[in-house]
Amino acid sequence: MDHAPFILAAYAIAAVLLAWCALSPVLGGRKLIERLRRAYRETERDHAPKP
Amino acid sequence: MNRIWLFFHKMGSPPWFYRFSGRLLPWLWGLFLVSAALGLYLGLFKAPPDYLQGESARIMYVHVPAAWMSMLIYVLMAVMGFVGLVWHVRLAEILAMCSAPIGAFFTAIALATGSLWGRPTWGTYWVWDARLTSELVLLFLYLGVIALYNAFDEPRKAARAASLLALVGVVNLPIIHYSVTWWNTLHQGASISATGSSIHPSMLWPLLIMAIATKFFYAANLLVRTRSRLLEQDHRKQWVRDVIMGTGN
Repeated sequence: MDHAPFILAAYAIAAVLLAWCALSPVLGGRKLIERLRRAYRETERDHAPKP
Repeated sequence: MNRIWLFFHKMGSPPWFYRFSGRLLPWLWGLFLVSAALGLYLGLFKAPPDYLQGESARIMYVHVPAAWMSMLIYVLMAVMGFVGLVWHVRLAEILAMCSAPIGAFFTAIALATGSLWGRPTWGTYWVWDARLTSELVLLFLYLGVIALYNAFDEPRKAARAASLLALVGVVNLPIIHYSVTWWNTLHQGASISATGSSIHPSMLWPLLIMAIATKFFYAANLLVRTRSRLLEQDHRKQWVRDVIMGTGN
């Protein structure tokens, strides 16, 4: 039996799952920071003295 | 005050933790990449094939470290959950809850790669063997902790409930570890123990290097997740505003 497909599949699955595990919080964190930045800017604008 | 205690007290402060972890992260990712590259190179290109299992034994360099991490992360999650429950340390609760998805990923990797190793070695992808079944139960425990945490609106109440479930699930860990000695399983017994190893050094070193690499991965990933969770939970506090608006780091 040729073992290469099993080895390649095992490492490919591990690589995909580890990449997903590593990247999902990074992307989620960036979205969160962008959302918070927008919210802070809006509150700053609302509290700025009116001309 | 003892310097170690002082360090732990500082770690309990979210702004201090955020700044400290930010400085630590590039080092942890760097160490992970270097150790994983070295471990993979040694495991895939330098280590000899197994005398009995042939080339398929190379799956060991990803399967075994993932399986070890699945159990280690559960222990750490339960310990941090316990600290959160008993001493009400919010950061411990967050660290415990951020560990759960990483542990689930490692358990899924251990199950998937083990299944792919089982086909050429045992002739089947899956058997309801004590080791495999208890590892599958571990995945369900992680998913249960994640689901329970997300079922509550109030994060501290959610962390307390999920920590309790994590603590109850600890009973599964000795079952996983000793399953190969308590029952007659298709899964092989432990090759590495406290007294020594039956693996040749040419195969043992890549395995240990990969085991170290996965620890760096866990530490880096945990810090990334915890930092985001802190920003989310403390978004009404001034330190988060300073970080987001660029006046902090």
